[in-house]
Amino acid sequence: MAKKQTLSPLPGTFYRRPAPDKPPYKEVGDSVAIGDVIGLVEVMKTFYEVKAESAGRVAKFHVENEAAIQAGEPIADLES
Amino acid sequence: MPIRKLLIANRGEIAVRIIRAAHDLGIRTVQVHSQADAKSLAVELADEAIDIGPPQAAKSYLNKDAILDAARRSGADAIHPGYGFLAENAAFAEAVEQAGITFVGPRAETIRMMGDKVAAREVAKKAGVPTVPGSEGRIDDSARARAIVQAIGFPVMIKAAAGGGGRGIRVANDLPEFERLFPQASAEALAAFGDGGLYIERMIERARHIEVQVLGDGRDVIHCFERECSLQRRRQKVWEEAPSAALSEELREKLCGSAVALAHSVGYCGAGTLEYLFDDRTKEFFFLEMNTRIQVEHPVTEWITGIDLVGEMLRVAGGEPLRMKQSDIRRRGHSIEVRICAEDPADGFRPWPGIVGDMRVPGGPGVRFDSMLYSGYAIPPFYDSLLGKLVVWGEDRAHAIARLKRALREMQVGGLKTTKPLFAALADDRELAAANVHTGWLEGWLETNASRLV
Repeated sequence: MAKKQTLSPLPGTFYRRPAPDKPPYKEVGDSVAIGDVIGLVEVMKTFYEVKAESAGRVAKFHVENEAAIQAGEPIADLES
Repeated sequence: MPIRKLLIANRGEIAVRIIRAAHDLGIRTVQVHSQADAKSLAVELADEAIDIGPPQAAKSYLNKDAILDAARRSGADAIHPGYGFLAENAAFAEAVEQAGITFVGPRAETIRMMGDKVAAREVAKKAGVPTVPGSEGRIDDSARARAIVQAIGFPVMIKAAAGGGGRGIRVANDLPEFERLFPQASAEALAAFGDGGLYIERMIERARHIEVQVLGDGRDVIHCFERECSLQRRRQKVWEEAPSAALSEELREKLCGSAVALAHSVGYCGAGTLEYLFDDRTKEFFFLEMNTRIQVEHPVTEWITGIDLVGEMLRVAGGEPLRMKQSDIRRRGHSIEVRICAEDPADGFRPWPGIVGDMRVPGGPGVRFDSMLYSGYAIPPFYDSLLGKLVVWGEDRAHAIARLKRALREMQVGGLKTTKPLFAALADDRELAAANVHTGWLEGWLETNASRLV
């Protein structure tokens, strides 16, 4: 199985949910299409959507909800 | 009791500003910081520094217990909250006082009252300060609505009581239009928000944002004149000046007098700002809200009056009565502040955290640069994008703009994108030179001048 990583485009705070009272965008095991939102990165009070650049199934998240993240750091592994 | 050791519960340029005011008064300083700010300029300048948690503000600068614990451990006898974070959090002010520590700001009850829009409007009315004419709460029957709009005058805004953030607003220019829109708005509000309640407010088409700086010691209140902050983008101020070019001396006296009356009526203690909308057409002003803290743009007031506002806050918090009477407050010349932010104006103001490269700090006569920058500093992505403020003074407005242009030419902040190109273009603008602006002006200007922002 091919494994692909989705990387954070920006440094900031990573969120797996669109809002604190909403369910996560994706759970481990969910299938993902190209362009699906898998999380948000907050940079200087501005929110950017992180979109999947390949299709597959979420194998693992490397960062927890609300954790600090660097630009280029892996967010999730996708298996196809 | 005078403050001997001050804890600064904030970060960035305002933490640096507060440390400077404290050191000028011989007060020792304790800078609390998140793990992302361990190498900040404020940490470097303060006498002591204490780590209060992870980078995210909710886990550090908003963590009341961690801040109070740091105050106890360091033996600080006062806490300055700066602006934002916990500055207008009444529960925090209360907890600080209960811990036997001085909160540099007004009493918790004043913060609470002014933080409640309806209560603040009531206070204003009792003090005889005009508020935007409207329906005083929700209004359900159309006969009463008709009587109210005829009394307040057109155009009016019909707002959904359950709406917010600009949603559910309609504008009626005359009575027939109002009678058509009112039932429609009610039905729509019911469908959209599950509540058909409406209220009505006078629509001010060309408004300026003008605010008055006040200082109080719990007994006396004085004003330090006004600032105009009409240049805003997404409701964020970007360029502020003092005095406002739109006010006659007579209007200025009335406006500032109304601010003093309001602040006096609540026994205000500390530095505060009363924000008003100024209707350019009718020359009326209307109270909007009061900010019970120091503001980002305070330096323009400091420069035209010669008063160290942060220093006065520390003296009053330490129990000193105000050192000056109203008649001692004079203004001289004109001051302008522009907010230097880590944003790329050529790319939709995209945030630009990064490492500060080679720097050239502007200086010379009439130039003040309040910032958190130094060469090699890595700007954390976790907080707002404000890097610092370039503040200029001139004998008059034209002189201040000339100095702003010169200072912007001198200023270099390598390694980052900043809002400097925005201000260089604005400083050349003819309409702005004529002070012919209103709160919607900058967003319109940005649409037509995008190509000049590189």
